[in-house]
Parts: sequence; structure tokens; C-alpha cells
Amino acid sequence: MLSPSLGPRLVSVVGRQEVSPDSVRLRFAAPEAASAAQPGQFLHLRCGTSLDPLLRRPFSVHAVDPVVGTVSILFRVVGAGTAWLARRHPGDVVDLWGPLGRGFVLHPGDGWLVAGGVGVAPLLFLAARLREQGAAPQLLWGARRRQELAAVADFEHLGIPVELATDDGSEGHHGPVTDLLAEVLSGRRAPVYACGPRPMLRRVGELTRQAAVTAQVSLEERMACGVGACQGCACPRRGGGYALVCHDGPVFPAEEVELG
Amino acid sequence: MKPVRLAGLTLPNPVLAASGTFGFGEEYAPWTALSRLGGIVTKSVTWDPLEGNPPPRVVETPAGLLNSIGWQNPGLAVFLREKLPRLAAYGVPIIVNVAGFSLEDYVRVAARLDDAPGVAALELNISCPNVDEGGMAFGTDPRQAGLVTAAVRRVTRLTLVVKLSPNVTDIAVMARAVAEAGADAVSLINTLVGMAMDWRTGRPIFQRVVAGLSGPAVKPVALYQVWQVARAVTLPVIGMGGITTARDALEFFAAGAAAVAVGTANFRRPDACLRVIEGLERYDAEGPQALEGEEEP
Ligand SMILES: Cc1cc2nc3c(=O)[nH]c(=O)nc-3n(C[C@H](O)[C@H](O)[C@H](O)COP(=O)(O)OP(=O)(O)OC[C@H]3O[C@@H](n4cnc5c(N)ncnc54)[C@H](O)[C@@H]3O)c2cc1C
Ligand SMILES: Cc1cc2nc3c(=O)[nH]c(=O)nc-3n(C[C@H](O)[C@H](O)[C@H](O)COP(=O)(O)O)c2cc1C
Repeated sequence: MLSPSLGPRLVSVVGRQEVSPDSVRLRFAAPEAASAAQPGQFLHLRCGTSLDPLLRRPFSVHAVDPVVGTVSILFRVVGAGTAWLARRHPGDVVDLWGPLGRGFVLHPGDGWLVAGGVGVAPLLFLAARLREQGAAPQLLWGARRRQELAAVADFEHLGIPVELATDDGSEGHHGPVTDLLAEVLSGRRAPVYACGPRPMLRRVGELTRQAAVTAQVSLEERMACGVGACQGCACPRRGGGYALVCHDGPVFPAEEVELG
Repeated sequence: MKPVRLAGLTLPNPVLAASGTFGFGEEYAPWTALSRLGGIVTKSVTWDPLEGNPPPRVVETPAGLLNSIGWQNPGLAVFLREKLPRLAAYGVPIIVNVAGFSLEDYVRVAARLDDAPGVAALELNISCPNVDEGGMAFGTDPRQAGLVTAAVRRVTRLTLVVKLSPNVTDIAVMARAVAEAGADAVSLINTLVGMAMDWRTGRPIFQRVVAGLSGPAVKPVALYQVWQVARAVTLPVIGMGGITTARDALEFFAAGAAAVAVGTANFRRPDACLRVIEGLERYDAEGPQALEGEEEP
């Protein structure tokens, strides 16, 4: 029952790219993770070598290359842990655990991917898997301003059509990305896969309920253990009680959780 | 490593996983060898299932962790039917942490556990800051603490550990009260009360405002309380609070602890307990120099 190969281990950074002014992509040599990972799962990383920060930090698997044996994450610098991580360079080692958690269930159909900000991270991996299965997903991606949308080229490389939205109107639709979703769902009804801030996910839940299409959402909550032991990352279930983001998620069917 | 005796209970080694930080063991089964631990203290078990507190439930502090979990657990019936048999299969001593909102609650949970196969001992949680009634109310008044200990003592033959709260003026008074009431051992510390404030909104981050602080940040407080209790009672003391390394564990032994528990450190690495055990083994075999260069895990 022990799965030591996916347990905490030191892995080397083999790639680093500043994707936008405040976000970085890191690639790690971690062949076991590369072959085990499912879209939507997360990696639990130590972000320092002292007692502060004390806890690991969760990051969605952003891309995998099972042939070369690498996994990537894409993250925004928001605090001490992500700042430390952003200072890692090829050759440095990082303590990585996982992949952990439950990812997206791939439904038949082409699929709308809906991202808010750095919530795009898990959707690149998902898009690649959907493409491998012969689906033709499309991405709707919203951010505060155009500088945050730099990773769009990665989707275009996969041949995935992208529609953009910004809060300040500097790129694409001027307004929330869910405006785009409302529009497209009236044309092509396909399963929706979403990751982003809570208000965006709530709106995704409403729109997909109205349109009667399945939707899965990837949630964030402050997390400690990462394996369902401490019950720290609770998220209210629709109909009562709590689900654990680390163990029951991070991906949930939208109708299962309270997004309000 | 040498086995330790806690009243009627013999543990294979003196390092336990602390309540609430190790779930019901199974969560960590893929990630560490449970059978090598001195014992596992379960998440608090109550008579009825409990939902727990609304999020956020955890906030990190410098070298510490504030939690407001609120005894989320499946209730005694599900614990006995599903969790206990699975955990018992690992052959590790199981200490069930018992919690309640009234004296009757503690007694009926303890009574049902008395003849449950696979339970090595009970730990009475009278020290949790994260529920409105019960919990810490019993653990901050020596008379109440004595009453609940005596009442549980009458219904169980199992080794009875009482877990003490650090949120008191004189913890030695509490230790004496539960010792006189029939406890076999005491464990300490539970979390220290604290809060987290959001400077942007000017509002408390936790909905219940108060939360419990654990982790390396609390170690000096825990050490001193263990020191005080070990001098106040003859019962064995299980020491905890911020232990992450074998060196930390040795400090607790030096303060008077017979055994230790590792809590928050499990969140840094799932094999944290095992690393402490292995460090103590190296210390036993090679002496202090074996731990000189040891880094924080
Ligand atoms: C399953 C999962 C997957 C994730 N994937 C990604 C990813 O792919 N890319 C990415 O950039 N981020 C991702 N995150 C978020 C990422 O884990 C956090 O940004 C990171 O932990 C922050 O660490 P830090 O030390 O830099 O910041 P901290 O200092 O811990 O936090 C920075 C600030 O944000 C606040 N804060 C922290 N967590 C929360 C929260 N949950 N809700 C509200 N406020 C909070 C803190 O109080 C502080 O003010 C994911 C989170 C989860 C749960
Ligand atoms: C997330 C979390 C949950 C906890 N839940 C419980 C609990 O249910 N019952 C209990 O007696 N103690 C509980 N504790 C307290 C620990 O068992 C321990 O007493 C305390 O955390 C100090 O040890 P540490 O610093 O090694 O974590 C909890 C602690 C944490 C961090």
C-alpha cells in the first residue's frame, strides 16, 4: 500500500520561465509524477528550507511530459512561499509530493475550458489530454489585464482556439470571462471545465445549470496536510456538511459544492 | 528503541502521532509505515457525527499554525464500524481521543469504547478551543476536569490519558485534579488560543474568531508546561507541542515526558513521526553526535 515513489522527494528544477510580470513556470524532473498525474491533480511543494513557511503549498499540475519525465507548474507570486519558489532556477532542488487529489473527469464532447487569471494552470494539461482523446476543446480566459494572459501561446500551440476577456478592456472582451461563456453556451452546449476565483466559479455554476450542461470546478482553499487528515481545507457541500478540497477534490462537479 | 509503559499500556516506542493531525491513520497509510509508530492518537471522536466549523479553518503563522477545525468527525458508530477496523489492521497501538459537549457525552463514548476490540487507550480531550461548549470548558476548571475524569474512569478499564489545556494559569493544578480523579497519564499541550486578523478588512479571519495555535512556535511554552506537570504529579506525561525532530523529542524527555506526540510536523512531511523515531534510534546507538548536524525536516 505504500507508494514511496510519489511521496515527498527532492526533484531538480529543469526549466524556468517568467510568463508574466508576476507569474512563473517551473519544470521539474519527476518521471513518476509525469506518468501518474491526471489533469486537475495537484503537487504539494515545500517552499523554503526553514520552519517558515511551515506548510507545503499546493499547485495544480500545469503540463506533463511523460517521455522526458517532467512536470510543470504555473504560479502567481502572492506571498513568501511563491516568492521563494519564483527564485528557483534550473539545477536547484525542490521537495515535491504527489500528484495528490482528484482531478477532472473527462466527459465525451469537445469541452469549454473557462479560466480566471492563473486558474488557467490546470487547464493546459487538461486541454492536452482532451486533444489526445480526439476532442476539440476551446478556452475562454479572463484576467485583470492583458499582461496576465501571456501563456495564451501554449494553447495556440496545441491548436486550441482561445477567446480572451479583461477587466480593464486591454485585451478581448471588456468584462468578466463568464460573459463569453453565457454567449457560447447558447450556441454549442459542451461540458465545462473551470478554474479561477470563487465569484467566477459561482457564475459558471449558474450558467451551466441554466444551460443544463455538466460543469466541473477546481477549488482552492487554505490547505495543510494535503491528504484528508487534518480537515483544514473544508468547502461546504450543497445540501450540508463539508467536502475536503485536498482529498475529495480539488475538482468537484459544480452542483456538488456551495460556490456562494 | 525501548518500549515505554504508560500505566497498563506498553507502547513499542515513545513517539505517537498527535490527535487531529493524523486523521484516522488511513490517510497516511500510503505515505509512511504506520506499523512502526509508537501509537496513533485518533482525531477526536464524538457520539454524534459533527460537521465541523465553516472555512477558513487553517491559517499559517511564523513557524506555527492556527486551526479552527471543530471536531469534524463521523461519530462513534461510524468510527467503530469503519475507521477502527481499518486502523487496527496496521498493528499499531490505537489511542482513541474522546470528546464531548457534556459530561454524559464523554461517559457514553468512553463506555462504548471500553469493549471495542483494538483500542489500546483513551485520551480525553478536555482542552479543545474550537467548540463552544464542552472541550476547553472542562479543561480550565480543576473541579470540572476532576468530575469528567472520575466519571469516565468508572466506565472504562482502558488506560486513561487526560489531555490538558495550556490555556490556564497553573497547569500543575489541572494535572493534580485529573490524577486524583483516576487518570493513568496526562498529555499536553493542546493548542494555545489565538486569533488571526485580516488587516485589509479589519475583521477576524476565523468565523469563531478564536483558533488554536500549534507547531514549532509553541514549543517553548509546551516544554515549560511539561516541566511543571512532570514535577506536580507522578503519572507518566505525554509531551507535545512543536516537535519536528528527534532533538525536540529529547528536550521533552529531559523536561520529564515519558513519551511524545508529533502533530503539526506531519503536515510538513508524512513521515515526520518516523523521522523522529529514527533520530532517537541513532541517538541511542551513537550518542548525541548522531544528531549534531541534523537539519529541520
Ligand atoms: C488545489 C490547489 C491548487 C492550486 N494551484 C495553483 C496554481 O496552479 N497556481 C497558483 O499560482 N496558485 C495555485 N494555488 C494557490 C497557491 O497554493 C497559493 O497561492 C500559495 O499557497 C500561496 O503561498 P504563499 O506562501 O506565496 O502565500 P501566503 O503568504 O500563504 O498567502 C498570500 C496571501 O494570500 C492569503 N491567502 C492564502 N491562501 C488563501 C486562500 N485560500 N484564500 C484567501 N486568501 C488566502 C494569505 O493570507 C496572504 O495574505 C492552488 C491552491 C490549491 C488549494
Ligand atoms: C489541525 C489540527 C487539528 C487538531 N485536532 C485535535 C483534536 O481533534 N483533538 C485533540 O485533542 N487535539 C487536536 N489537535 C491538537 C494536537 O493534537 C496537539 O495537541 C497540538 O497541535 C500541539 O502539538 P503540535 O505543535 O506538534 O501540533 C489538533 C491540532 C491541529 C494542528
